[in-house]
Amino acid sequence: MDLLDVARGPVLLLAVTVFVLGVGWRLAGILRRPRMPDLSPAREGAPPPWQGALRSILCGLWPRRTFGSNSFISSLNGYVFHIGLALVFFGYAPHIAFVQRHTGLRWPALPDAVMYLAAGVTILCMLMALVMRLTNPVLKLISSADDWVSWALTFLPVITGMAVITESSAITLARNHAIFRDPLALHLLAFELLLIWFPFGKLMHAILFPFSRGATGVRFSHRGVQQ
Amino acid sequence: MNSATVDKQSTMSDDERLQAAMKSFVSEFGVTAALHLESCVHCGLCASACHFHVTTGDPKYTPIHKLEPFRRAYWREASPLAPLVRKFGLVKGPEIADLEQWQELIYDACTMCGRCTIACPMGIDIAELIKEARHGMFKAGLVPDRLALMDRTARQWGSTATPGEDLPDILADAAREHGVAIPCDLAQADILVTAAPAELGEHTKALADAAKILNRIGARWTMHHDGFDASNIGYNNGDLELQEKLTRALVDTAVKIGAKTVLLPECGHAYGAARWEAAKWYGKALPVRIIHMTEFLDELITSGQIRVKKIGATATFHDPCQIVRRGGLEAAARRVLAALGFELIELQDHGVAGYCCGGGGGVVSNPRAAPLRQKVFELKQQQIDATGAKHFVTSCGQCRITFEQGANKAHWAKPTESLLELVADNLAA
Repeated sequence: MDLLDVARGPVLLLAVTVFVLGVGWRLAGILRRPRMPDLSPAREGAPPPWQGALRSILCGLWPRRTFGSNSFISSLNGYVFHIGLALVFFGYAPHIAFVQRHTGLRWPALPDAVMYLAAGVTILCMLMALVMRLTNPVLKLISSADDWVSWALTFLPVITGMAVITESSAITLARNHAIFRDPLALHLLAFELLLIWFPFGKLMHAILFPFSRGATGVRFSHRGVQQ
Repeated sequence: MNSATVDKQSTMSDDERLQAAMKSFVSEFGVTAALHLESCVHCGLCASACHFHVTTGDPKYTPIHKLEPFRRAYWREASPLAPLVRKFGLVKGPEIADLEQWQELIYDACTMCGRCTIACPMGIDIAELIKEARHGMFKAGLVPDRLALMDRTARQWGSTATPGEDLPDILADAAREHGVAIPCDLAQADILVTAAPAELGEHTKALADAAKILNRIGARWTMHHDGFDASNIGYNNGDLELQEKLTRALVDTAVKIGAKTVLLPECGHAYGAARWEAAKWYGKALPVRIIHMTEFLDELITSGQIRVKKIGATATFHDPCQIVRRGGLEAAARRVLAALGFELIELQDHGVAGYCCGGGGGVVSNPRAAPLRQKVFELKQQQIDATGAKHFVTSCGQCRITFEQGANKAHWAKPTESLLELVADNLAA
């Protein structure tokens, strides 16, 4: 059993277990907090709460109003990063094959060229985010260890993933076995580290964002505020 | 900020203050607060929405940073990860020095205007969290002295302006001065009319204007010494007991006289406290309708109960935060302006994105915050001047006072006009 076998076997199981239990624990812990119902009458014509929440969640996905040039650049960088990361994670053929091997689920892959471009842009965006966090006085003030750990653990799978690409995904998948086992193991271990960290830091926002936006959406739509 | 600028009330020890604040903080951590405190990604986008940060460039005015002690209390005491956080010391618990240092950020440098809320990509309602943090600060006796003084006054009088027993005389004087009947303490009425403190002092014309309109439509209305001051200082200070007392004074008085409607004055925080929070003290829907002056005017004009003369000039409008961004009356105010025949020239930032006047949330009453307020005034002045509009209108008395104070200091000649007063002065036959 070499490093790749370990990464594909017990460590993967451990990482997925921590991820699932951790996310479940954190989410349940939050949602079990006391509820403070709003007993005030809703604005005439206000949509039902679920519509207010849904509208807020969906509107939040769309490029939103920004205030000032710094926030525009920061928002744009954030958008490009998230789209790039999603493309790489969900669109790269070997990633889809990995998911299919473990879950049976599959979907069409995007061309390799698109993936290389997306990965490159994602890395640039992450570097830019790092520079902004290191230099912007506001970001310096509000940053915590969570920000640095989350950045590093997101960056590692991306950069190690780029490092293991030596051929087209079609050739890799046709061979059906890894040639460079240790680099691939490092890539997988980096991803597993990300999964283990996920429930404990701010990466959890990927799960929490609809809840957080939805709660404000309910509050504002109840009052007739046009967000 | 050094400790010399920290105001303290009561004789509690530092440890007792800290415990009181922490107990209050923890009681605020419901599901929505928890979701919002857990979701922050530290992107800093809220900073560029805050008028205090924009006008000073000081990062300490970043809205989410103003919540730091509250946030730390959450992570140590209420987060699902709290046992881990405490065991490994991952988040430092707030200390009394932190609370003292944050007094300025929570009271002087936040108007709870909620502009940061709409800038947040995670939808975190920072303004609401600040309000909840103030509850703990009040319990700890760490409120700016001026606000604490007003609190004590309101606890004794039911108003920061005057004791209730003086109300009949004040109204009688205002009625004589402005030549309009202002009923007081009627045993039965359909509408209980309330006031903001300034309307009981230097701005009695607003009372007379409301009376003029109510008399015109033939309403059965009254003001009442048992419940008359709607600007809830408890809401701003974080004094929940006082907030409840003042809220109950309005609603219970309305019920006592058989009123179906409580009419709020042109006051933003009165709207926040009464329209959206009154029901929580009763645990059920209220037996009365609570309505802001702006929507009252809108309804009267839209239904044809009153008609107004067209002024026919350009105007710009300052959107009071609690009425528009957090109250949903953006369109109502504009319909009234349109009825008055104004050609509306919007401020560069308007509607839900409008900048605060800089005086909300009690900041206007806090002399320590005057330099900060003035910086915000300069920003608003620049935006107002840029419109070139002849009239500058708003629908909140506190905003108006803030603008008037700023204008005095800046020698700015443009008057801040009240929507209510414009309607009353231009009633058509």
